[in-house]
Amino acid sequence: MDSKNLRAMCRTVRRDIVTMIHKAKSGHPGGSLSATEIMVGLYFGGIINVDPKNPDWIERDRFILSKGHVAPVLYSVLARRGFFSVDELSTLRQMGSILQGHPHKDHTPGLDCSAGSLGQGLSITNGIALAFKKLGTPQRVYCLMGDGELQEGQIWEAVMFAAQNKLDNVCAIVDFNHVQLDGTIEEIKNLDNLPARWLDFGWNVIEVDGHNVDAVIDAYKLAATVKGRPTVLIAHTVKGKGVSFMENDSNWHGNAPNDEQLAQALEEIGGDGDD
Amino acid sequence: MIKKVPMRDGYGKALLELIEKNSRVIALDADVAKSTRTVWVRDKFPSNFIDVGIAEQDLAGTAAGLALGGMLPFTSTYGVFMAGRAWDQIRTTICYNRLNVKIAGAHAGISVGPDGATHQALEDVAIMRVLPHMTVVVPCDAEETRKATLAIAAVDGPCYIRFGREAVPVVTDESTPFELGKARVCREGDDVSIIANGAMLYEALEAAKILSADGIEATVINLHTVKPLDVETIVGSARRTGCVVTAEEHQIAGGMGSAVAECLSMNYPVPIEFVGVQDTFGESGQPQELMDAYGLNAATIVERAKKVLGRKKSA
Repeated sequence: MDSKNLRAMCRTVRRDIVTMIHKAKSGHPGGSLSATEIMVGLYFGGIINVDPKNPDWIERDRFILSKGHVAPVLYSVLARRGFFSVDELSTLRQMGSILQGHPHKDHTPGLDCSAGSLGQGLSITNGIALAFKKLGTPQRVYCLMGDGELQEGQIWEAVMFAAQNKLDNVCAIVDFNHVQLDGTIEEIKNLDNLPARWLDFGWNVIEVDGHNVDAVIDAYKLAATVKGRPTVLIAHTVKGKGVSFMENDSNWHGNAPNDEQLAQALEEIGGDGDD
Repeated sequence: MIKKVPMRDGYGKALLELIEKNSRVIALDADVAKSTRTVWVRDKFPSNFIDVGIAEQDLAGTAAGLALGGMLPFTSTYGVFMAGRAWDQIRTTICYNRLNVKIAGAHAGISVGPDGATHQALEDVAIMRVLPHMTVVVPCDAEETRKATLAIAAVDGPCYIRFGREAVPVVTDESTPFELGKARVCREGDDVSIIANGAMLYEALEAAKILSADGIEATVINLHTVKPLDVETIVGSARRTGCVVTAEEHQIAGGMGSAVAECLSMNYPVPIEFVGVQDTFGESGQPQELMDAYGLNAATIVERAKKVLGRKKSA
């Protein structure tokens, strides 16, 4: 997919996110919108090796969503990649839906694990990556974390484990949007010098503009060349990116837009031709 | 004098047996490998051993990932830290996804002794058995721990196995049958059913001898698998004897006795008495001294058996 089409896909995914959360009347738009380029780059930029026709293909790369509340961005990307029908997106959070409020692998094709209790994804990622090392297979494992989620102690247990075990097949991504449910990261538990923290723990660190999809894809490619150390992409992003009234506002961490707000959001995001 | 062996020796032996046959078996530990006997794996099969350090939540999560990646992980640390500290990881990652992770809670029960209450897992069976998809096993001696470890390896899904620190009497041998989910009747009698597991099975067998001398014949059942529960054997025995005593090295609330009570109240209500820890923390002391002080012994089982017999007669 070329650069123009990737940007168009980001707009499509953003429209999906606000539309599905509006329909469900609940969900988490802020962190879904901030992670859009990260997810589109991964699934449409030729990075993750998966087969939508065979979601359980044993030789696939794996993606672990650690911040499970941004399920809408993942569901949209999976649907747009053809893992299931785009029509399913309108069933988000409803009884009987394949799209649970927080992801569950047995419900949704293309999911590698459940998520929802924060702080667990990187440990799971490490375990899969270690299994691939032991089995001598070349797959990579990707893990998307929130910045607020880094307040969970288990993340740092896992950070140490990955470095100790030289898991260079791990690519973690931090969606560094600076906003969590109760306010800003800076107000609640600061992540000053975040790249240095990861460096000190023995990781390779790549900082990237998380809303430049081409730059995100280049960062994924660069990460794959680094041997002997795991890599983290620190993606500088804006919470609620693309919808002016949601941007940088913790009230849009977990709220659904009403009809009027949806209309405005869709207009601001724009259509396929708007670049 | 009856031979005594720590149950954890059976766990370590079984891991070695499993790895000899299946290179995908991985023993994980959280800095207590010498205690749990996974050090035997480290020494003999270093590539099948991972020490995550003092990080029980990461232990559970890493094991989940290994299972997702096609390995057969066994996580091992003290029961308090395994079942307690990593409960959310076990619930939401391992059980919700039905991952093939085997979870060992070592040093369980009050018989941990001098380390005191912080290290005495007395709640682990309760908090593990409430989890959907989880199998819970509490073997009675080193040999049964070995067999139970082999048995849970053959099940596809999460399993919790609990065992103690101390050398305890060996009451089974290689030829004793062991089937996961199938309680074993060790002794038959018409007057009272004593249902026990873990180190309390030996105490139950001793209690049955004492009762027999008083003319009371007890059925003794080894309920090593707390989940799935062997309803048929439990109900069958209650029908025969009309009263039950349960005995476990665990809180009465939520443990094996509670599982038996749930089963009987639904299927065949009879008077039940419980031997276990009574809603209190443990303390430091010598293992046997503590077992006696907290009523985890044959004498208490005898006393409760007589009490429940009285309730049966007056009912």
